[in-house]
Amino acid sequence: MTQDPGFGIYIHWPFCAAKCPYCDFNSHVRHQAIDQERFARAFATELAHFASQTRGREVTSIFFGGGTPSLMKPQTVEAILGSVAKNWTLSDTVEISMEANPSSVEAERFRGYRAAGVNRVSLGVQALNDEELRFLGRLHDVDTALRAIEMARETFPRLSFDLIYARPGQSPEAWRAELERAIALAADHLSLYQLTIEHDTPFFKLHEAGKLVVPDPDAAADLYEVTLSTCEAHGMPAYEISNHAAPGAECQHNLVYWRYGDYVGVGPGAHGRLTGGNGKRATATELYPETWLQKVEAQGHGMIEDQVLTMEEQGDEYLIMGLRLAEGVDLARYERLSGRRLDPRRLADLVSHGMVERMDGTRVRATRDGFFVLDAVVADLAA
Amino acid sequence: MTTQKLDHIRNFSIVAHIDHGKSTLADRLIQSTGTVAAREMKEQVLDSMDIERERGITIKAQTVRLIYNAKDGKQYFLNLIDTPGHVDFAYEVSRSLAACEGSLLVVDASQGVEAQTLANVYQALDNDHEIVPVLNKIDLPAAEPDRIKQQIEDVIGLDASDAVMISAKTGLGIEDVLEAIVHRLPPPEGDPDATLKAMLVDSWYDAYLGVMVLVRIIDGSLKKGQRIRMMRTGAVYDVDRVGVMTPKLLVKEELLPGEIGVFTASIKEVADTRVGDTITDDRKPCAQALPGFKPAQPVVFCGLFPVDAADFEDLRSAMGKLRLNDASFSFEMETSAALGFGFRCGFLGLLHLEIIQERLEREFDLDLIATAPSVVYEMSLTDGTEIELHNPADMPDVVKIEEIREPWIRATVMTPDEYLGAILKLCQDRRGIQVDLSYVGSRAMVVYDLPLNEVVFDFYDRLKSVSKGYASFDYHLTDYRAGDLVRMSILVNDEPVDALSVLVHRSQAERRGRAMCEKLKELIPRHMFKIPIQAAIGAKVIARETLSALRKDVTAKCYGGDATRKRKLLDKQKEGKKRMRQFGKVEIPQEAFIQALKMED
Ligand SMILES: Nc1nc2c(ncn2[C@@H]2O[C@H](COP(=O)(O)OP(=O)(O)OP(=O)(O)O)[C@@H](O)[C@H]2O)c(=O)[nH]1
Ligand code: SF4
Ligand SMILES: [Mg+2]
Repeated sequence: MTQDPGFGIYIHWPFCAAKCPYCDFNSHVRHQAIDQERFARAFATELAHFASQTRGREVTSIFFGGGTPSLMKPQTVEAILGSVAKNWTLSDTVEISMEANPSSVEAERFRGYRAAGVNRVSLGVQALNDEELRFLGRLHDVDTALRAIEMARETFPRLSFDLIYARPGQSPEAWRAELERAIALAADHLSLYQLTIEHDTPFFKLHEAGKLVVPDPDAAADLYEVTLSTCEAHGMPAYEISNHAAPGAECQHNLVYWRYGDYVGVGPGAHGRLTGGNGKRATATELYPETWLQKVEAQGHGMIEDQVLTMEEQGDEYLIMGLRLAEGVDLARYERLSGRRLDPRRLADLVSHGMVERMDGTRVRATRDGFFVLDAVVADLAA
Repeated sequence: MTTQKLDHIRNFSIVAHIDHGKSTLADRLIQSTGTVAAREMKEQVLDSMDIERERGITIKAQTVRLIYNAKDGKQYFLNLIDTPGHVDFAYEVSRSLAACEGSLLVVDASQGVEAQTLANVYQALDNDHEIVPVLNKIDLPAAEPDRIKQQIEDVIGLDASDAVMISAKTGLGIEDVLEAIVHRLPPPEGDPDATLKAMLVDSWYDAYLGVMVLVRIIDGSLKKGQRIRMMRTGAVYDVDRVGVMTPKLLVKEELLPGEIGVFTASIKEVADTRVGDTITDDRKPCAQALPGFKPAQPVVFCGLFPVDAADFEDLRSAMGKLRLNDASFSFEMETSAALGFGFRCGFLGLLHLEIIQERLEREFDLDLIATAPSVVYEMSLTDGTEIELHNPADMPDVVKIEEIREPWIRATVMTPDEYLGAILKLCQDRRGIQVDLSYVGSRAMVVYDLPLNEVVFDFYDRLKSVSKGYASFDYHLTDYRAGDLVRMSILVNDEPVDALSVLVHRSQAERRGRAMCEKLKELIPRHMFKIPIQAAIGAKVIARETLSALRKDVTAKCYGGDATRKRKLLDKQKEGKKRMRQFGKVEIPQEAFIQALKMED
């Protein structure tokens, strides 16, 4: 049951209204107006550059990520989607997702995005509790979030939203209640992330100073258990470590990553993976928005990294990504990519510890228990 | 043929307790005689190994030739040997002393006489050295030169009235040191017309020049092209080049009596160069060889195994090269069920072990596993045979053992008296027997007999910590004494790990077992399952800890932009795993085998 992973286009909008204290994404705050037309032209240029290297591929998904793409004007979105359509054929069922922040939602703009072709929205709700939203440095409150959800549901065929758990002092009971409330809001997809303390963020400094205490691994495991069981009970099992969907409602674009398919990444700090004659290429573009613009205008693209991955690297990436999925990885494909077999002894050990299971001999996947310690499982298999 | 005084030469070693400033004094002597150009000068220039510079200690003795124009208008050739201060490298000191007629005894004027000061003085006296006391660090506000002079007289019995007062750091008094070397140390003697007789003091491997041999010429001369013979090993070589160290090699025509210099001779066999051997002319050998050096006596043994079995041959050749450089470490092949082929190696102490392991890893790019260190035990078996046990894993069945004897040492500890109580307790806890306790001013000197296996792994660290760094310590082996010793095995996840088994005194078994289990619990990373860690004597478990299972270890977010970063993290994890060894289903980090023996008390 090896699915075609599809072919996706990722578009990075690198600006936010304010920087959240836990965030280590490539997002920047600008106090002057952003010249969106100029950015749209640069996106078009970079898309054309990648298109020349991926002729004949059919696009199955497009994803606007950020930053806060819902700060884009509908015209900008429309222009970019136009460029995509000019360069590639789009599949009949193409999924076009966009990340949006509740604070920047306006009905007018939502309708504009929809008209431009966006058919799925992913809202950064993060919490359903005002106090914790403030702690997370979010610009919206619960009411605003609920209105945004309502509006999104009216406008788009598909809706997902994000929540962050394992916040300081969060009890399993409180999390279960919050999660049940979220599920009742009738999204077909939920991304539920454990709060992680990333380097070079304000939260990191607070954490170092002992002023921010997050749940230890044992408590975090309890919260993850609540996450899995609550979503399972409501018919939204984890199809990936942190992503839950009703069957059929999985995010096609993110599946491209996890199934280790090909994707083009355009915009500041975007990554891509493109299969060519001698294996997969890893591309990455300039992070800093204005520098990226200049690079694109001067040379037709903003790439600062473009390297062919070794077989070992491809094998590793396939495991890192693929084992995050409930469907697991295909052994034959792993062998093709990496040029080696998974060590049967390590595999057998992991199976005996109940971390991994073999499915019909052609695939392996992490078990539910394995999901809790997946990084260790991957390290074992890749070693 | 007559022996003459070689009045233009002085050979001397700089000896002192660790950190009293030997290498810094060497710097100043090198500098003020213009031996090294100012722009090439750096601090502790003779500490040339990375590992010496990083740790700020001298590991290997270094020789340098200085030319000094003295106040009497004459020019002198001075051969300086800077020696290490740490007790584990005492063998370097003893060889250096044998090549010289005198010593500069450096004493830190703020700290005074320490255990190693004493040990070095005794060694220098054994070598009939003239000793010039040098009080260093007089620039420090805490320096008390008068009190320390008195202490030198009281404790060592050396006349300190003419001690040279210096600051090696600021350069104060360096001229006086040079004058004292020339006027107070005796010149060497030798016969230039006799046949060659030279002492092999040291050897090392140079990447460009191959094997280099440091010699002290006793009689005759050593020239390029000369065919020489090593009297003990019988090896014969043609000399390629001779020279002196400045500290770079300065090629010379010949080396004459009284000189300390080096030669190369395309030496291939590491075993051919043995420190202490006598080198002579092959055609006209001298009648009598020099007495040679007492061989170094390794006191700690451990197995060293390559992490990757394919590196075994590389490890063998690396050991050969390092052994050439360091005659005090020994090795022989060993096999282990869990670790494959490796070597059982002997060292002068735990620091020595760590340094050798680190040098093998760095200089030869090897990844190694060291098994739990052990001292050497003697055993009488019931069938009348006597054996030496270097590896606890080889211990015979208890019913076949009549008696086990363990090595004992005599340890001298010097300490400010406020720490005396804690130190006596430490020695007592380690089965020590007090031999002597005396005072010099407010400093106490305690002498204890202790079993080596209670001392060798962590005694020095513990001593430093209970005395806030103020106590110093020296020891020498005395004898073997019968003891109620048992083998304690360590079981990780219910499987015995041979590389962790140790011999312990029955009275200490429980404490050591508990400490080892606790330590291992910290050292072994959490696995996906819980891991019992047990210490056992025979079938009886005497201590137990449980390392709980890893409960959560998964990256929350991982999308297209994260693959590269995650892959790089995975690379690091894979590197880390390479430094672990699999025992059953458990991966044990490489450093655990040594660290597990260090107790926190
Ligand atoms: N203030 C002061 N510090 C000094 C003086 N001489 C040496 N030191 C410092 O003392 C420390 C030890 O100096 P070294 O010369 O490395 O001592 P050592 O005796 O060679 O040490 P080992 O070789 O490890 O036994 C260094 O930090 C020196 O800078 C001095 O005259 N005055
Ligand atoms: S809105 Fe999203 S991208 Fe922007 S700062 Fe907050 S978390 Fe980061
Ligand atoms: Mg030194």
